[in-house]
Amino acid sequence: MPLVFDNISKTVGGEIHIHPTDFRLAPGSFNTLLGRAGAGKTTLLRLMAGLDRPSGGHIFVRDRDVTKMPVRRRNVAMVYQEFVNYPNFTVFDNIASPLKVAGIERREIDRRVRKVAEMIHLEDYLHRLPAELSGGQQQRVALARALVKDADLLLLDEPLANLDFKLREELRLELRNVLTRSNAIVVYATAEPQEALALGGNTIIVDEGRVLQQGPAAGVYRQPGSVRTAQLVGDPPMNVVAGRIANAAIQLGEGNPVAVPEHLRALPEGSYLFGVRPNHVLMKRCNSSDIEIRTRVDLAEISGSETSIHFDHGGSSWVSRLDGVRPLGVDEPISVYIEPQRVFAFDPRGALIAAPDQPTVGWST
Amino acid sequence: MARIELSRLAHSYQRRPDKAEDFALKPMDHVWEDGEAYALLGPSGCGKTTLLNIISGLLRPTSGHVLFDGRDVTDLPTEDRNIAQVFQFPVVYDTMTVYDNLAFPLRNRKISEHEIQNRVGEIAEMLDLVFCLKQRAGTLASDARQKISLGRGLVRTDVSAILFDEPLTVIDPHLKNSLRRKLEEIHRQSKLTLIYVTHDQTEALTFADKVVVMHEGEVVQVGTPQDLVEHPAHTFVGYFVGSPGMNFLSCDVDGNFAVVDGQRIRLADDTPSGAERAGDRWELGIRPEFLQLVFDRPKEGLQAKITNIEDFGSSKIVTAAAAGNTLRVRLAEEDEVRGELGWLVFPPERSLLYRNARLFREPTGRRQ
Repeated sequence: MPLVFDNISKTVGGEIHIHPTDFRLAPGSFNTLLGRAGAGKTTLLRLMAGLDRPSGGHIFVRDRDVTKMPVRRRNVAMVYQEFVNYPNFTVFDNIASPLKVAGIERREIDRRVRKVAEMIHLEDYLHRLPAELSGGQQQRVALARALVKDADLLLLDEPLANLDFKLREELRLELRNVLTRSNAIVVYATAEPQEALALGGNTIIVDEGRVLQQGPAAGVYRQPGSVRTAQLVGDPPMNVVAGRIANAAIQLGEGNPVAVPEHLRALPEGSYLFGVRPNHVLMKRCNSSDIEIRTRVDLAEISGSETSIHFDHGGSSWVSRLDGVRPLGVDEPISVYIEPQRVFAFDPRGALIAAPDQPTVGWST
Repeated sequence: MARIELSRLAHSYQRRPDKAEDFALKPMDHVWEDGEAYALLGPSGCGKTTLLNIISGLLRPTSGHVLFDGRDVTDLPTEDRNIAQVFQFPVVYDTMTVYDNLAFPLRNRKISEHEIQNRVGEIAEMLDLVFCLKQRAGTLASDARQKISLGRGLVRTDVSAILFDEPLTVIDPHLKNSLRRKLEEIHRQSKLTLIYVTHDQTEALTFADKVVVMHEGEVVQVGTPQDLVEHPAHTFVGYFVGSPGMNFLSCDVDGNFAVVDGQRIRLADDTPSGAERAGDRWELGIRPEFLQLVFDRPKEGLQAKITNIEDFGSSKIVTAAAAGNTLRVRLAEEDEVRGELGWLVFPPERSLLYRNARLFREPTGRRQ
């Protein structure tokens, strides 16, 4: 059963929270809602769940208009950012609670709770209270309770945001495996591009109450329809600078003009916005045709085994993402290099004109 | 500015500690060199805040001593230690102006009003607070209030050290980098001893000359960001720093080979004879970015079954099962995953050996 948003909008006190929006989520699909804080992700989830009524438009499930149907009568499960559990129930009773409410027989409850508990590695903790568990385990309990219901629609609102970095890394992979196997339509809201990409599935980019683009996560990353999408779907965001094409040469901001690369040859002379992913801005020259930009280090941000060199380029803040630890000092002069075949071209209003040729997309499970 | 020395320091929150696990801080010796920027990195509960509170004088250690430039300050209260502190949440006087908040630590120190004005001006300039100097602190947003808090910590130039406890937690991500840059500039100019507590590896590695990693009440490594990535001294450092963390495989040692599930993996040089002792637990450690995945049979390598691919756009993380272990490999954007079966190749100079969780030797042959 698909879930369809037909011209759905939401206005609160005269303020538009969601502009008229259409989309269709396929039966059993795995979807991520990617957007920054305040983009409208939670509002969209609440509209899907039936916790809030839309100001306009219709929602269909199985071709039935459910716009006015209260949440109790819809078969929806939700997981929140905060770990929501019953503090004086054991893990078993926490997971079992939606089944008890539904009046399901005891033996069946026992079977389903144990099956879900095993799936998300809680089988050894069924007799504990939530307070006796770590944050990661508490969120597993909330997740198990949502999964055990066998809901038609499973909504997760930044479920890993309150966990520390290492736990997030571990749970993310596990969640993907559990959620993609579920028969429900799953919608997973996240503010982190890396999380949306790693989870895969169908990604819906949300920004300021609008859906900007949707499609397979890796596809949106490689063919972003606009500068805004390109920046929202990367971390660090895509570097963008104004530039032009003239006399068969392309010039990005303060870089030296070089021959127009193959994928941009059809473009007429004129002004453009050019974009380059941070991992394609390097500190070494690969070819004599590379674009060179001379600048100074704003900050060398080291995370694990990668370094993000922040610098100014033509008044915009740019980042070069490099492998390894590069302890560069503030204000140190550097040259960075870009292979022209890596450049995205957008029109001056930000719509994509041409993207680099796709790298080989790997075999995927 | 001061050199801070911790001598046989230990702390327990229990009245009569006797077992090792009763200690929030296990016995340690450590020196914070004068003028260096340190990060104190570890997960919650590792003892880093306990250690910071002992240095600042908020907590008296169960045993051992704290020395500032050789002087024992263990029994001195915070106010007599001449240190500045910046906490996770803004500590400001809401009814005072921003100017008075920044000037506060300088007043009552026989500093002329003229000098105070200069110093407050400098700090306000540095933290972009000039525009609101005359406003009351209470009227500002939490970002700005935390900047005032930072400014109050930085305004005195005569302190022994500045201690930061997760100071950027409440700061908007977009502003974080500009504040990190300010901190680096300030350190470069002032050469103060800085100790910065955080659970965030990016924060720690970006800020510090030296990172002190804590795990279960112990300092497990003191090193540059590069040391932590390339030569983790403890399996915990390998796991905690880097994303994903280091792969560890249980192994036996045979000459210059690690034997994993009956398969031999070449190491960089000979294992010193007599290294094996009964009951030792050996592990082979290799970071996902150094492990190689190939699809044509290599001369040496482990056959692997690929179970998962996470495509991050700019890179891919592949999960593979090999020799009874699950390993993660980081691939570049262009690297192709040609099938479900491949081989994992362990470059010897990147394959590290751990005995009982500690780095046993470096591939250069330098023994730990």
